[in-house]
Amino acid sequence: MLTLIAILLDGLIFASWIFIVAVGLTLIFGVMRILNIAHGSLYAFGAYVAAWLVGQYLSAGYAPMGSFAVLLLSAIIVGVPMGFIMERGLLRFMYGRDEVIMVLVTYAVFLILEDAIMLIWGTDAYFAFEPYSLLGNTEIEALVFSNYDLAMIALALVVGALLWWGLNHTRVGKYLQVVIHDRELAQALGINVTRVFTITFMVGAVLGALGGAFTAPQISVTPGMGVEVIVLAFAVVVIGGMGSFPGAVVGAVLVGIIRAAAVHLLPQLELFIIYAVMALVLVFRPQGLFGQAEARKI
Amino acid sequence: MRGMLSKTEIGLFVALAVLLLAKLILPEWAVTLGTVALARGLVVLGLLILWRTGLISFGQALFFGTGGYTVGLLRVYGGLTDIFVLTLLAFLFAGLLAYLLGLLISRYREIFFAMLCLAFSMMLYGVLVKTEVLGSTDGFNVVGLTLFGFPIEGNTLQTVNYFWMCLLACAMSILVHRYLSSTMGHLSPAIRDNEIRVEYLGVSVQRTINVKFVIAGALAGGGGAITAIAVGHVDPDAMVYWLISGEFVFVTIFAGTGSVAAPFLGSVIFELLRTYAFEYMPLLWQLTMGTVLLIVIVFLPNGLWSLVQRGPRKG
Amino acid sequence: MALLHADNLSKSFGSVIAADRIEVSIEEHEVIGVIGANGAGKTTFVNMVTGYLKPSSGRIFYQGRDITPLSPRDITRLGICRSFQVPQVFTSLSAFDNLMIALGVAQKGMFHLLRPLRRKELIDAADAILARYDIAEYRDQPAGLLPQGVRKLLDIAMAMVHDPNLVLLDEPTSGVSVHEKYGIMDVVMAALKELGITVLFVEHDMDIVERYAKRVLAFYEGAIISDGDPDTVLKDDQVRRFVIGEEPQATRPQTAGATHA
Repeated sequence: MLTLIAILLDGLIFASWIFIVAVGLTLIFGVMRILNIAHGSLYAFGAYVAAWLVGQYLSAGYAPMGSFAVLLLSAIIVGVPMGFIMERGLLRFMYGRDEVIMVLVTYAVFLILEDAIMLIWGTDAYFAFEPYSLLGNTEIEALVFSNYDLAMIALALVVGALLWWGLNHTRVGKYLQVVIHDRELAQALGINVTRVFTITFMVGAVLGALGGAFTAPQISVTPGMGVEVIVLAFAVVVIGGMGSFPGAVVGAVLVGIIRAAAVHLLPQLELFIIYAVMALVLVFRPQGLFGQAEARKI
Repeated sequence: MRGMLSKTEIGLFVALAVLLLAKLILPEWAVTLGTVALARGLVVLGLLILWRTGLISFGQALFFGTGGYTVGLLRVYGGLTDIFVLTLLAFLFAGLLAYLLGLLISRYREIFFAMLCLAFSMMLYGVLVKTEVLGSTDGFNVVGLTLFGFPIEGNTLQTVNYFWMCLLACAMSILVHRYLSSTMGHLSPAIRDNEIRVEYLGVSVQRTINVKFVIAGALAGGGGAITAIAVGHVDPDAMVYWLISGEFVFVTIFAGTGSVAAPFLGSVIFELLRTYAFEYMPLLWQLTMGTVLLIVIVFLPNGLWSLVQRGPRKG
Repeated sequence: MALLHADNLSKSFGSVIAADRIEVSIEEHEVIGVIGANGAGKTTFVNMVTGYLKPSSGRIFYQGRDITPLSPRDITRLGICRSFQVPQVFTSLSAFDNLMIALGVAQKGMFHLLRPLRRKELIDAADAILARYDIAEYRDQPAGLLPQGVRKLLDIAMAMVHDPNLVLLDEPTSGVSVHEKYGIMDVVMAALKELGITVLFVEHDMDIVERYAKRVLAFYEGAIISDGDPDTVLKDDQVRRFVIGEEPQATRPQTAGATHA
């Protein structure tokens, strides 16, 4: 029973973390048909800026509780300008090229940003544990959960709800949905697709950075931390269906629970099982659990 | 044409002679580096076939690693020591694995193809790092190798391995060149352009792609085996991780698909640059790679080889 | 035995009926024109015969053999070939290379796909085809940049390399200027006649149908509403109204009240 609770909660915590990253990835893919490998770098940038800013904030002697706002702020000051520069400064010149070429372009950006991180922050680890220890622990019999980890579930719910609301109840969100559904139709309706692209990419970038920023207090922030995240987020996005918002939710929960089950029951399968699920989904439903299949006419 | 050598093939034999003679002047470290560069070129040669078909594998390290681990496991658990036998078995096992996975992967295109390759490579990675008998994150040392029953090590091993690699590079280039000149080879751009027409010509696109996938997989396996022998070690991060697959993709795009020699040229330049970059500016290596990749995509869509092609024709 | 027999062939996409109990036999050496408005089910019929679409019900027999479950490539290998409304060519390759590849894969024998493609006999054959279809001057141009009419001819020529018994041409002259139409049809029909191939062609231009077809099938809402020699079919009242659309007060059958807007 305890194992079951542990699997469930660990799974949800992991799911929340990967959801925040993956939903940005899937949003960008859905709207722009770009599988953004550099999303992992945005995650890492978010973590670095967050760790650094929290350190500055606390050493200046401000109220420790305010550090959560600093984490949020870090995501925005990373995501907004970087998303804008990447989309306006590079990607837009590549539109219309093959999806595979676009992957290569973002791979190139990823490589550049990986080194940029080391040039800016060096190779030493950064720490920002204060927000993590601030919230204390919850004990369920023999299990101990950090409240910060549990709060990640709440954060993911808030992010998900905000996105859902934004997609369905704002004008930009509705435009986005039209573009996801049918780009030509969107143009015919007079939607400014260029602006939609820029906004989407910036929102996606903020989400990637947000994932990193709120992860920073949990780990030691080191070079290469974005490398693993990006493949995991890919797996979630592919499982759920590339470009699908509900798909990202289900994909994240599925990956989270399955991974947690493996960790508790068959630890040697921890990594294997995630990608096995991804492969299985691709085999039986190539468009993902919530994706739309596309047919070709002759 | 049959029975005769084409211009490309004569060129490859000349290149082989140059490579073999180069051993006389190359310092020890450069011999190992050259072996590894050519071995990785073998992997890229396979990716060239796929890329001509419009397909990119973001998981080719799966087969590279399979080749390396074939050598490692057969050495440690199977007691096999002969470097020729080990290399040939690596070609075989990687090809076999590619055939089995290809039955499935050949149904997919574009991003799905790339991602499925990635998924399978990460599955192998996941198994390797978590399994003690497979060496876990530390991997294996590949030592105590023999040549026709005689133990070889150190410089002798490196020299033999280098010659062996040069021969393989030449032989495989010629085979791939002939393959690309065959009807099935010419189906690569045809499939990239229009699969419906290919099917209506009476050819199974899926089976054709699977054949290409097997060739690419086997070549990657061979490259992995030679690398394992040259480095004397296999581990998941150096052979199977997706960053390694990314490097292969990088060299494929960087080198271009204009000739079967391009992957080797590209790979040698790549290894040289990396060696110097690690020496003098370790923090700029990936940045350089990324920048070069962007430049190639934008200004040199046919890769480095298009410069080589353009060069001699002017003069 | 009929060369091709469609037995009670139906196809629906959701609630749309694209083929409605089609029953037709095609004899050897016939030249058949297929007419019908857009969406009448002409291309659906061609797609079903060549294996691209599977019928919802009914069967297709070729030389007495049930080919309904076969894939396009198996059907091609049996001797039924087709051309496309939108020419399906290898756009980045030259017209010559398009034909070379088509010829290369059409060869027989074990491992023939692994033989070198640029063999003398294939090169000669490709040049002969370019000459026969009167497109030799475009030999080395990329197929994607060819004029529409030339691309149409290339598309048809590629379908013919298998020496088919039956060829289905899906609108061989669509998207081509009026002046070029007869030229294309003359070249194609001459080539087909020379080889003794049975032809079924989909066409919107009634003058072309009248001139080249010996038998006409008229499609309307997925069904064949008239089948016979051109004179009879083209003068048929229903055909004139629903296919050719000659009467301005035309109404849809069984749906009273629907008129042209």
